[in-house]
This record gives sequence, C-alpha cells and structure tokens, in this order.
Amino acid sequence: MSVFLTLLRRELGMFFYSIGGYVIIAAVTLLTSYSFVVLLHNLGTGPSTAPVTEMFYGTYFFWLIVLLAAPVITMRLFALEKASGTFETLMTTPIGDVQVVAAKFSAALIFFMISWLPLLACLFIVHHFTHQAEALDARTLGTTFFGIFLVGGLFVSLGCFASSLSRSQMAAAMISFVLGVGFFSLGFLALALPANSDWQTQVIAYFDLFKQMHDFARGVVDTRAVIFYMSATFIFLFLTLRVVESRRWK
Amino acid sequence: MIEVQNLTKRYAGRTAVDDISFTVANGEIVGLLGPNGAGKSTTMRVLSGFMPATSGTVRVAGFDVFHDSDEVRRRIGYMPENNPLHPEMRVVEYLKFRARLKGLGWAKSRSRVNKVMQQCGLTDVRRRLIGQLSKGYKQRVGIADALVHEPELIILDEPTIGLDPHQIRSVRGLIKNLAGRHTVLISSHILPEIEMTCSRVLIMFDGRVLASDTPENLQRRMAGGSQVIAEIAAPEAALRAACESLPDVEQSDISAAEGNFYRCALTAKDGKDLRPDVFALIQKNGWQLRELTRSHHSLEDIYVQITKPKSEVVE
Repeated sequence: MSVFLTLLRRELGMFFYSIGGYVIIAAVTLLTSYSFVVLLHNLGTGPSTAPVTEMFYGTYFFWLIVLLAAPVITMRLFALEKASGTFETLMTTPIGDVQVVAAKFSAALIFFMISWLPLLACLFIVHHFTHQAEALDARTLGTTFFGIFLVGGLFVSLGCFASSLSRSQMAAAMISFVLGVGFFSLGFLALALPANSDWQTQVIAYFDLFKQMHDFARGVVDTRAVIFYMSATFIFLFLTLRVVESRRWK
Repeated sequence: MIEVQNLTKRYAGRTAVDDISFTVANGEIVGLLGPNGAGKSTTMRVLSGFMPATSGTVRVAGFDVFHDSDEVRRRIGYMPENNPLHPEMRVVEYLKFRARLKGLGWAKSRSRVNKVMQQCGLTDVRRRLIGQLSKGYKQRVGIADALVHEPELIILDEPTIGLDPHQIRSVRGLIKNLAGRHTVLISSHILPEIEMTCSRVLIMFDGRVLASDTPENLQRRMAGGSQVIAEIAAPEAALRAACESLPDVEQSDISAAEGNFYRCALTAKDGKDLRPDVFALIQKNGWQLRELTRSHHSLEDIYVQITKPKSEVVE
C-alpha cells in the first residue's frame, strides 16, 4: 500500500512539477468560463425551473472539456516513461504491475477532478446571485460531480490504455481521442436510431453517455449508468494491465 | 550469485543472445565486454527481470528470475543503459522515491539515502534538479539508485559511457569500492575500464560468450609467451651470440637503435620472465643498458583478436 501511495504521489506531483498540468487547468477553466457566460445569458432570457448544474450541462461545453482534457492528461502516463527509459527502472523494482496501473490511473483521475474545481466557483456565483435555494442544492451538486467522476474514470482509463500502447505521447493522445470520440458518438447513434425494442437498439441505449450524464446533472443517479461506467472503466484498466504485462510474453 | 544456463533471447526474427551459460560467485566483480550489439544489454535486462528469456534458466541468489521475479528484483540494483532518470526531480527526492518503491520504510529510506549520497559524492548536489546536473553526477545518481536498497547484486549497464576521464576515474573508484560487499556485473565496450575494475571478464560477441577468465589469465592465454625488450650498447656479433645462447629464448630479434645501442626483442618459452637473465648477461659482459621492459598483450589485443568478424579471419 505504501508503495502504491509513493507512486501515486509522484504521478500526481508530475502534473504540478511541469507547466503542462497548469496549462490543462487553465484550458479547462477557460472552457468552463465560456459555459458560465452562456449560462448567465440563458438565465437572463427568462425564468427556468432546472437546477443550475443541469443548465450548465445544457451548454454542451461539458463534453468538449472531457473529450479534450482526458487524452492530454493521460497521454504522458506510460508513453513518456517508455520513451525516456524510466519504465525499465520502474518495472525492475519489486512493484506489481497492478500497483503501477492503479497508481497512474488514480493520479490522472484525481488531477481530472482537480481541473473541474473552477466549475464549483461558477456554480456558487450563480447560486449566490439568483437568491434561490432550489437553484443549487448539495445533492444535485453531489450527483453532478459523481457523474463527472464516473465519466472521467471511463475517459481516463481509455487514455491509460492508449498511453500504454505507444512510446509517443502524441500517438497516445490521438488514440485516446479517437477512442473517446468513438465512445461518445455511440450516444448520438442511440439518439438517432428510432426507439424500438430490438436488442441492438437496447444495447446501444446503454452507451448513451449523453443522457446518462444529463441524469446526473439533474440529480438522478441511475444504477444502470453507474454500473455501465464502472465496468467499462475496469475493462479498459484490465486491458492496460495486459499491455503492461505483455513485455513478459514477448 | 548468478547462474545462467543455456540462456537464449530472440526478438522478432533476430537472436540477440544465443545459448549462453555462465556463473558469477558471491562478491565477484565481473565485466561483460563486447562490441555494440553483442547481447550485453539483453543479458542484463533478462537478469534484472525486465524481460523473460526465450529459453534457458536464469537464477539470482537461487531464485528464478521469471517465476520468483519479486524476490529477484528485491535483491538486484539495476542501472539500465543510458541511465534513465526523472529530470524534474531533485536528487534527494528521487533517491527517496526510489528507496520507497523498493520497499524501504520511511525512516530506513531516509538513512539509506543519506548513506548512498555520501558514498557516491552527491551530498553537495542533493537539492539540485537532476535535469540540471552534469553527466558525471547523473551517472552517480543512477549508481546511488542501484545501491540504495543494499542489494546483493548490482547490475550496471555501461556505467561510464559518455563521461570525461576525471568522471570515469571517480565512477571506476566507486565501483571498485563495492567489491566484497556486493556482487557486481558491469558491461562495457571500453577495455581499460573492465581491465581495471573487474576480477573476471566475460567476452561476448554476436550473442555468445567467447571467453571467461581473469584479465591476467586471458593475457597469458592469448599472448602465448611474453616478450622482453632490451636496448643494449654492445658489439653486434657478440650480442647476437649471447642472446641466442640464453636457455629460455625462443626467438630473438635484434635491430640497430639510436646511438650505438641495439634493440633486442626476445620471446620466451612458456611465458617465462626473461628480464633477470638478460640483466645477468649484461652485467657479466660489462655492457651498457638503457631499457629493459616486458611487453604485455593488452586486453585490447585479445579483444580485437576474439571479436574479429569471421570474414576478416578468412582473409
């Protein structure tokens, strides 16, 4: 456990030692502030019954942030170590492959969550000036961030997998971006297909990331979505682990 | 400490290490010598447990490197080729991080890090960023990392590559100091280095171990007999006769040198040292002597001879 924490601390530290981490935070903050501007504009046009978090989600900047930030956060994880050779020094210490994957994934996910913190400030400002208790309650806020956590877990695990495949950070970022957009587009497919009850449509409906996150932003926690996100995350972490182990099969 | 049996490592379509076997005893400093691409780094990577062998067994301290990888990795301090480090970390921070990864507790890692920083002369630069250190210091950080958990076996892949002569000297001194307490395996394609630090040399070429012996034995074996060079001022005919009359001389070669001196190159039978005989001869005749040396075949000659590509041998 202490080895895991040591590695986690270092991986997390890496984001803050380099300028890269701050650039990511600044970029996410910029996009969040854009959505904040749109949000304020929408609030100005007329009364709304939706909670602020749902209105934020309605600005569609959310997915842009997820799709762009996750690949950039995760591209370094394995690719940089492989390119610089430190992967060799890391893997010749008595540390398990599982610990390595878990520490890198956790660090990236924690950083992903940290980059979302400016959103809190935006939401509180709206809350403060609307003088309405229903506009933002703790539970909706909680489910929204829980949703961000789950979505982040999935996209960060995609990124981990992509990074483990390559020595080039650029290639890793592109692979994870393509995988992420592919996953995300399945949601559009679910929207575009006519609602009927054949099994294909039902399966695709589970991939409707769009609607699932909308539920979280409204304050609804659907267990099916939670299970979907968690299992998809585990599948990609498992694949990452296999790729890390694969040097032993060669 | 190390037992390698019939180790073979093939990368897609290319055999990097071809059926090699060797053992290294406790406390030995062994040098792996060979040209680039001879399979030294591959052998070391297999030994360190980073990648598996295609076939054959490798045991370190009695543990199989593939099946008991954890036990082996606990006992090995490994510095890979090119010494990869994290340039954004400070020296003390990096070493502490590495010590913790290798399973040392908080207090233990602190004391060990201070110890190895002293041992490797890093105390003055402990707060510097690794990326800003000179190459010599970086190399010492790599060696300090290999030492930090007091491993039984230390594997250093090309520890002095790219260093200037002063730095090479200090790194070499560092490695020599490890003798006895640790078993050390170092690789190099630079001969004097291996000659000076190692008690035994394994010469690798084209994935195979071609020779394994002490540097002295290798010299003796390859040189056949040793040669004595003497510059003597004497009448030429008398000198020739005297040299040929020496009992252990196999071949003598006399040529004129500057002044009235002659240069005699004498090859002895069975590697005997001819110097006392030559000196006695000169004393007896009352001749003048200005040089008396015994020439060695350096490890370099041996190395070139052994690793000469086959096509050249045919020519």
